[in-house]
Amino acid sequence: MERPLTKDIRQGNPPLNLEEYEQAGGYQALRKALRHMDPSEVTEEVKKSNLRGRGGAGFPTGQKWSFVPMGEKALHPKYLVANADEMEPGTFKDRLLLEGNPHQMIEGMILSAYAIQADVAYIFLRWAYKRAASLLTQAIHDAYQAGYLGKHILDSDYSLEMHLHVSAGRYMCGEETGLLNALEGKRATPRAKPPFPQTSGLWGKDTIVNNVETLSNVPHIINRGGQWFKDLSYTDDGGSKIYGASGKVKNPGAWELPMGTTLREILEEHAGGMREGLKFRGLLPGGASTDFLVEEHLDAKMDFSSLQQYGSRLGTGTIIVLDDQTCPVGMVLNMERFFAQESCGWCTPCREGLPWTAKILAAIENGHGKMEYLELLERHSKLLGPGHTFCALAPGAVEPLQSALKYFREDFERHIKEQRCPWS
Amino acid sequence: MPTIYIEGKPYEVKDGKNLLQTSLELGFNLPYFCWHPALDSVGACRQCAVKQFKDENDEQGKIVMACMTAASDGTRISIEDPQAREFRASVIEWLMVNHPHDCPICDEGGECHLQDMTVMTGHNYRAYDFQKRTYRNQDLGPFINHEMNRCIQCYRCVRFYRDYAGGRDFDVFAAHDHVYFGRYEDGALENEFSGNLVEVCPTGVFTDKTLKKHYTRKWDLQTAPSICVHCAVGCNTIPGERYGKLRRIRNRYNSDVNDYFLCDRGRYGYEFVNSQQRIRTPLARNDRQQALAPIERQAALDQVREWLKDTRRMIGIGSPRASLESNFALQELVGAENFYAGVSHQPARLVAEAIWLLQEGPARPPSLYEIKRSDVVLVLGEDLTNTAPMMALALRQLVHRKACKIAEQFGIPNWNDAAIREVIQHEKEMVFIATPTQTKLDDVAMATYRAAPDDLARLGFAVAHALDTSAPAVTNLSEEVRSLAEQIAELLRSADHPLIISGTSLGSQALLHAAANVAWALRTIGKPSYLSFAVEEANSLGLGLLAEKDLDQALQVLRDGQADTVIVLENDLYRRAPRQDVEAALQNASHVIAIDHLHNDTVEVVDMALPAATFAEGDGTLVNNEGRAQRFYQVFVPEGEIQDSWRWINEVLISTGRAEDGHWENIDDLMADLAGQEKTFAPILEIAPPASFRLVGQKIPRQSKRFSGRTSIHADVQVSEPAPPADPDTPLAFSMEGFEGQPPPPLIPRFWSPGWNSIQALNKFQSEIDGPLRGGPPGCMLIQPDPHASIAYFEEAPRAFEAQRGRWLVLPIHHIFGSEPLSMLTSGVAERAPGPYLALNASDAEKLGAQAGQEVELALNDTKLRLPVKLLPELASGVAGLPAGLPGIPYLKLPETCSVQGGVER
Repeated sequence: MERPLTKDIRQGNPPLNLEEYEQAGGYQALRKALRHMDPSEVTEEVKKSNLRGRGGAGFPTGQKWSFVPMGEKALHPKYLVANADEMEPGTFKDRLLLEGNPHQMIEGMILSAYAIQADVAYIFLRWAYKRAASLLTQAIHDAYQAGYLGKHILDSDYSLEMHLHVSAGRYMCGEETGLLNALEGKRATPRAKPPFPQTSGLWGKDTIVNNVETLSNVPHIINRGGQWFKDLSYTDDGGSKIYGASGKVKNPGAWELPMGTTLREILEEHAGGMREGLKFRGLLPGGASTDFLVEEHLDAKMDFSSLQQYGSRLGTGTIIVLDDQTCPVGMVLNMERFFAQESCGWCTPCREGLPWTAKILAAIENGHGKMEYLELLERHSKLLGPGHTFCALAPGAVEPLQSALKYFREDFERHIKEQRCPWS
Repeated sequence: MPTIYIEGKPYEVKDGKNLLQTSLELGFNLPYFCWHPALDSVGACRQCAVKQFKDENDEQGKIVMACMTAASDGTRISIEDPQAREFRASVIEWLMVNHPHDCPICDEGGECHLQDMTVMTGHNYRAYDFQKRTYRNQDLGPFINHEMNRCIQCYRCVRFYRDYAGGRDFDVFAAHDHVYFGRYEDGALENEFSGNLVEVCPTGVFTDKTLKKHYTRKWDLQTAPSICVHCAVGCNTIPGERYGKLRRIRNRYNSDVNDYFLCDRGRYGYEFVNSQQRIRTPLARNDRQQALAPIERQAALDQVREWLKDTRRMIGIGSPRASLESNFALQELVGAENFYAGVSHQPARLVAEAIWLLQEGPARPPSLYEIKRSDVVLVLGEDLTNTAPMMALALRQLVHRKACKIAEQFGIPNWNDAAIREVIQHEKEMVFIATPTQTKLDDVAMATYRAAPDDLARLGFAVAHALDTSAPAVTNLSEEVRSLAEQIAELLRSADHPLIISGTSLGSQALLHAAANVAWALRTIGKPSYLSFAVEEANSLGLGLLAEKDLDQALQVLRDGQADTVIVLENDLYRRAPRQDVEAALQNASHVIAIDHLHNDTVEVVDMALPAATFAEGDGTLVNNEGRAQRFYQVFVPEGEIQDSWRWINEVLISTGRAEDGHWENIDDLMADLAGQEKTFAPILEIAPPASFRLVGQKIPRQSKRFSGRTSIHADVQVSEPAPPADPDTPLAFSMEGFEGQPPPPLIPRFWSPGWNSIQALNKFQSEIDGPLRGGPPGCMLIQPDPHASIAYFEEAPRAFEAQRGRWLVLPIHHIFGSEPLSMLTSGVAERAPGPYLALNASDAEKLGAQAGQEVELALNDTKLRLPVKLLPELASGVAGLPAGLPGIPYLKLPETCSVQGGVER
């Protein structure tokens, strides 16, 4: 099968430099677009491809771009921002791409910027991705030298400036509007939508924020066409997907597979199944803020629409696996502590509710649980729902909690009845 | 007009609002925290959750925040929906997770918005059984107490302080449930509007530190509608008293003037009412070598009668901070030809000029409400943050309106605060500030110009000429100034609501004329503008409308022996004229009588002092700088012999047998006389209902229904219950009994509504939130210029300022804390006031061989002053600045060219 995103990534070796990337076919898509395609044609091709946002939300990318005002009446400057603030626990696919083939994303950014006629592009990079920072700095520099960035790219009318911005380090910066506020030098709290970044984004100007993986797909879509990209997938959501697995499996890692590959295939074929002596209990399919799925769901297809019927979602597509020798309460406690700490503190339910759930889980885990706590946890799962809070952090945070209560309730009750963690 | 549905019932509402606003306006009690009428919506607290339905058939609905949802046509919501109610109760529960059980010891209790909302949502049971997070508090200065454990993180404080008031030293820090609102380090909050935090904060995090020194529960306060006396903007206030002591000042909403906010001087400058320096009994002496001694009231009046028997001519000196009534009463007693304004010639002349320009010209003086709706503003000469602070606050809000217009194009409603501020984040206000020194408004100004007053005026003349070439040109203008004038004219020309602001604080008539020329020019080209003059004191304009003569003439008359008795009304003459002149005049008079609240230098040399009521102890009318006449009402009955100044004068009139000329039963009689005699003052009868006004046959109580201990307050003196004091002057009563509903706006003594014990109750008194009070904003305009009037241009632009060798033009520099004497008796205000200094730019200081902090000697006529140098790099060469009105600096007639010498040894 074709692996457009990862074919040029050489594990354990430095990524392709500019010349190597060009030799492997890099920046051909950019030439094609600037010389032979209108910005709107680029957007059309991406629409045709059914590419959906790989950051976790899955919004159709071409459609997102089409909301940006275009033409003479459009206000400038316009901005394109790459969301490289990968901090969803369990997720490392963007890191793979940034460290493995930075030019791929850069070319994708220039193409996407061209499609929306952006004037300036930013890469907003997670603080901890220091290797990616130096690789990107070099790659941007090289791209400028080669004339792929700056004024009149490849002698066209199109100009683009690109800057790397390294975050000061908070999960909330991965939220697209929190990212924009952080990039402006403000506190990383989210913004209410509407208005959307397309019409009021960076500095109040028209802005598109896309995920690293999403952008990295764009050169291939332009090179090979939207239909080709659609056909890579097993389902209606176009393209390939980088799936990953962590937890006590034989072979944790990341693999580029057709979109819509089943959980079973990822878990058993690529991750090698559970380690010796361990049994599978459940998994979070797309990072910490997704709902647990269990044995009966393993034939589910990993795409944006299919998982919803099982009460979960694709998220980032990187699986966290729970084995039978790991305490589920401890696992959820770990995650809730993370979410409580990463709460930006703007809205009441998240700011006050998440630490409360973390304290309850800690009490249960440490043998001081009460049965009333379970009802409180359930209440919080319902109350911290979408629309109730200001952004999606808290609704995401309660997804593992509510599904753990559903599938592992006896484990919670054991902790409380026995006043200890049975796994300790 | 869109129709929305609440619980299935249709309501027609005004377009462009959010659901929280419309629900509150319709009378629904929907709880909220982070929304504020002046700060709009951000959707942070999640308290105002309601259920929204797609259509009539949607049974499920979804929870939305009312403050962030447009009340557009067809919107359907339910407030009573059980899930919405449960969610709102949960929000309180979450806030209570960390909120301390401080109510019994928290200053906010009884007017706490959190208390009210907790009761409103019905949450009452604690399920949280872990520890609460706590914070360290900061010392934020003499005005604000900091108690962070109570914080519910509504973000109102930081939004008001930074976004609305432009302050920079206060912010929100950290994240998650450790979010902290405070200063970057301990220290007094620098912003002049920081006091509003105590009303903006819905809990007891920020409370009034001055109130804390003599704390009283809100329900135990006796309150009445009043006016701030510390500058000429005339903000409306509600002072609160108990046990004969003024406890605090709160904001009184007036949509035309101060709306929701006050400046710190107005909020905290009240302690003079409680000062030890108060005169509480009549004082007199027969021998000027002796000290003044207390004397019985009747004895005092008898003495006055004796004195007046052999008085050839009696003159009266009025006061720019005393009420119209007291000034008029004095005028009636002494006769118009013997009544003098208590300000020296130059300031009196300037106020008279300002009045003339406003009355005779086509440009109207704007209210603060109208100022906020201007789009291009030229400020000539006034450092508004210090001379008219609330005007400065108003000028920070202009660009917000522009943003709303821009945002409309993108479908962003103007109540979406964060989105609007995102749009304007890099915009400056279209305000041009031309002053000799830096101002705190500079950070939002489009451009600033620093120069001596005459050069500032030349800029104004140049702007007028650039607008209309028939206005006189200015010769010898530098290229820089000429092009600035062009830039300003360009923007004024294209403005919809241009505004010119000047004032009297620099003592320059040229500035007033320059401002007028610009206004006339705008009118000529078909762009009528507002014209605003900042004047110095609470009734400067009122006195200016009344008196024709000034203090210099009065002192001359006394020095020449042409008058032998003088009555000084609420004025310290040593602050108004050179010491020698005042001394010579007063020593020459046979009888000097002062009617005043406080001991001051003048009172020290009089033959009799009669204790005058302050604003909180009497009634009266003050005229602000836009010519708005407003009434202040007595808050409490003072101890001792203190009474309104006009009452003292009334008694003198009666006891000297001049009763036919002006015997007044109550203030209404006096006001009727004043209104009858001078056409200008006729509108004062319209300000408020007369003393006979009743609602359902009842007076309006100054005390809340929960006022406690009424019968035991004086039990140590007398056990039997005293009758409540009568109030013959107003429809208000010194009682808790009376009309329980909403009185007409000028008479509102407090904002309270069942279930709304905090200032948020104000919502119930407005038909539209953030709009006028039901019944209209209090106050009547005394100056209504004819928009078709035309006045000739002032032809003479002043010559360019030229520095002189060894001599400096010394300008008065006004300080919000320090220049106004009454507020300086509040210790916190005195703390914040600067010490004396002489401001110079660095090269001028070098010429004198003085470094910052070193002393130089200033000499004017016979006065020599040693002052430490303060370096202000923006001052023009040859110009120096002296802080105006500071205690310890004797009166100097400024601006004046003085000699300054350096190298003075300490």
